[in-house]
Amino acid sequence: MDITDFYDTFFEEAEELLTDMERYLLELNLEEPDAEQLNAIFRTAHSIKGGAGTFGFEALQKTTHLFENLLDHARHGELNLRRDIVDIFLETKDMLNDQLTAYRNGEEPDQEAFERICKTLQQLAEEEIKARGDGSPGAPASQPQAQTREAETEAAGEGEPAASLLIALLGISEENRALLVEELEQFGTVIAQSGDAERYEVELETTTSAADIESVMCFIIEPEQIETRSATPSAAAAAEDTSPASQAAEPESKAAAEPIAASGASEAAEQAPSSQTTAPELAQPVEPQKPMEPKKTASKPPAKPKGGAENSSIRVSVEKVDQIINLVGELIITQSMLDQTVSQLDGVTNGSLVNGMSLLQRNARDLQEAVMSIRMIPMDFVFSRFPRVVRETSSKLGKEIELHTEGESTELDKSLTERIIDPLTHLVRNSLDHGIEKPEEREALGKPRVGHLTLSARHQGGNIIIEVKDDGAGLNREKLLAKARESGLSVSDSMTDDEVWQLIFAAGFSTAKEVTDVSGRGVGMDVVKRNIQGLGGSVQIMSTAGQGTTIRIVLPLTLAILDGMSIKVGDEIFILPLSTVLQSLQPTKADLYEMAGEDLVLRMRDEYLPVIAVHDALDVEGAQTDPLRSIAVIVQGEGRRYALLIDDLIGQQQVVVKNLETNYRKVPGVSAATILGDGRVALILDIAGLHHLSQRKKEARQTSLDTSAKPLPTSTEVALS
Amino acid sequence: MSRLTSDALSATEGENQQFLVFSLGEEEYAIDILKVQEILGYENVTRIANAPDFIKGVTNLRGVIVPIVDLRIKFHLDKVEYGGQTVVIVVNVFDRIVGIVVDGVSDVMTLTPNQIKPAPELGMSMSSDFLKGLGSLENRMLVLVDIDRLLTSKEMALVEQVEQVAG
Repeated sequence: MDITDFYDTFFEEAEELLTDMERYLLELNLEEPDAEQLNAIFRTAHSIKGGAGTFGFEALQKTTHLFENLLDHARHGELNLRRDIVDIFLETKDMLNDQLTAYRNGEEPDQEAFERICKTLQQLAEEEIKARGDGSPGAPASQPQAQTREAETEAAGEGEPAASLLIALLGISEENRALLVEELEQFGTVIAQSGDAERYEVELETTTSAADIESVMCFIIEPEQIETRSATPSAAAAAEDTSPASQAAEPESKAAAEPIAASGASEAAEQAPSSQTTAPELAQPVEPQKPMEPKKTASKPPAKPKGGAENSSIRVSVEKVDQIINLVGELIITQSMLDQTVSQLDGVTNGSLVNGMSLLQRNARDLQEAVMSIRMIPMDFVFSRFPRVVRETSSKLGKEIELHTEGESTELDKSLTERIIDPLTHLVRNSLDHGIEKPEEREALGKPRVGHLTLSARHQGGNIIIEVKDDGAGLNREKLLAKARESGLSVSDSMTDDEVWQLIFAAGFSTAKEVTDVSGRGVGMDVVKRNIQGLGGSVQIMSTAGQGTTIRIVLPLTLAILDGMSIKVGDEIFILPLSTVLQSLQPTKADLYEMAGEDLVLRMRDEYLPVIAVHDALDVEGAQTDPLRSIAVIVQGEGRRYALLIDDLIGQQQVVVKNLETNYRKVPGVSAATILGDGRVALILDIAGLHHLSQRKKEARQTSLDTSAKPLPTSTEVALS
Repeated sequence: MSRLTSDALSATEGENQQFLVFSLGEEEYAIDILKVQEILGYENVTRIANAPDFIKGVTNLRGVIVPIVDLRIKFHLDKVEYGGQTVVIVVNVFDRIVGIVVDGVSDVMTLTPNQIKPAPELGMSMSSDFLKGLGSLENRMLVLVDIDRLLTSKEMALVEQVEQVAG
């Protein structure tokens, strides 16, 4: 077994720990820091340091070490946390993240950045901790081990004395054992070690709690491979006795531990002296870690066992989950095929079969739901990054803003959560920059100084609704209209508020008086809208002048299932995403207008919509070609509306989206495929693509009529020939 | 041609190979049996608009969408009929699953290396690039199709080709 095998585990866990750290740091109440939270922050740094030390990630280890020192002072109340200190901590966290990424890519982290952050941290330690004036404690972290250790023992006053722990390593091969023992030496002094591959016992004199040791070791081995307990009850007692005695606790407890080790297994006693002498040497390279350990106080709650998370969740590759979803989809289709057959049978003579079928149907649906829920992750995954965004953006803008989140537990498909982060970040920044006013302005308006930004998520039907709500100035109708005219957009004063608000999604549109580096360049909102539409969602804006703006994103819960409208053209069935369908109507002669040549438009209220004959675009034979006998479905795609001419509407149904490109290629006018209840494949139409297709067909016909045949627009999509 | 001869050479050096023999019209063709995933009847194929005529469409193979290619159209056979005998051979080529329509599947043959002869330059219907060679049996001749090359070729348009510009 190679130690590099564990790298990935370490990276993943360290990443999670850093995320936790950031969350704790942001939640921290600076006036009254919660001891529990400070401990939690300390533990995250400590765990990362432990892992980094084991794998030899030197820069990461050193940075975390310095960081951990500061955090340790903080949790003992020796360092008064201020906002700027927390900012430095956050910066350190980012730095650690960068280092982690560098190691992950097999590179060495940026040395300059590393030195800079170390200097900052050391400086902070010197300034802040010495400034407290009580002399002895809080020596800068870079000081030699012994000195720091003494100083800190002194500072802590009643620092827990070293206790003797018996650590059993189960099922560890010989070559890995040495490595693990070396790791244990970072926590204290190894007094004795013995055993075989199956069970190897190490007696360790340490001030670190058993839980902490376990949590660090879990980076390297499975939680069930390690067992810790106090060496003997008397040892613990002896160690405890020494605690109030004096600062000499350390040598004393060492003395106490020694005889106990000797009274233990005889071979352990034999090994004890040698291991004691070698221990300090071995510990040399990782020495700086040591000063931390004596400071663990008795009041420190047991570290959250790292292994605990593994019991409640497992990591599974998305591929496996998708395969299960696929198979369940198949099961549902088979079940509905059977159902059709059974429904034709006589219910009286085949009663048990019919009953069985209804049971099967229920179970299959439950199964599908359960399987789909595997891919769902809570919105917290998305929301958790915003405290940082809000904090940084607001301080950059000189605004005071409080962030509230609601509905963090609302679940959403993983692929969607990943793709909603960017648009959402943009909307949040926009609200912070343009929405919420400066504190002085707010006071002048009689509003509370502190602006509020609320992020919320909730389920509604088959959709998730995400809202970004601020209590800022709201959108300014006149300003928007004026700006729109300036940009050459066609607007009129009679436009409804809704229509005016939608203007902010027009490309190159910004109403900010000045461009800041946060937002206001006018790029982005159009991209936001396009991205959200790309996910099958929509954006709505509600705004009241002086009271704030709410931007609402409506998204489907998953990309794997789509609410579809099945339509018929000729003998073929196609699916339209229901989210694109606005309405359907029977066109009359008065509604249809012919435009130059073949183009047909449909008038709906004040709008003229391009007409796309689906049978023409997709070459369907035997379809209704007379527009007046077709049904027109008004659809929306990429911000434009079209009228599709089809033969018939069949009905709404949920369909499982299947990728066409897995085995074939992209097909123009088609976004994906699905499997219908009878096992046939139906294509899901892509509105914008369909429009391009029909345009190109018309052009092709035109050119073939023209004698001066101009070449077809080149395209990578179609072979029209 | 040098590539072909080297192919034939490597085949002579190699072990006996098994081929699945199928018919297109009167002719007998064969493909490497290891490429074959399964054999289906021809049914429920959904047409894809604006695709070349030999791409019949896509079908549902246990939840996977699989394109169906009619080799008879591709090879310009006179008679293309779909009946009870029409068979789809599902092949797996570079992790892509493709169904090919043939008139019928007859048997599985083992060819020794010296039964595989290099293919001569054929007519327009099929470039010899897509042939592994000709298999000669007592009174039969099998056209050994290099299904990998054939299905990933540009003219099959089965795979997205970045630089391909159709017009």
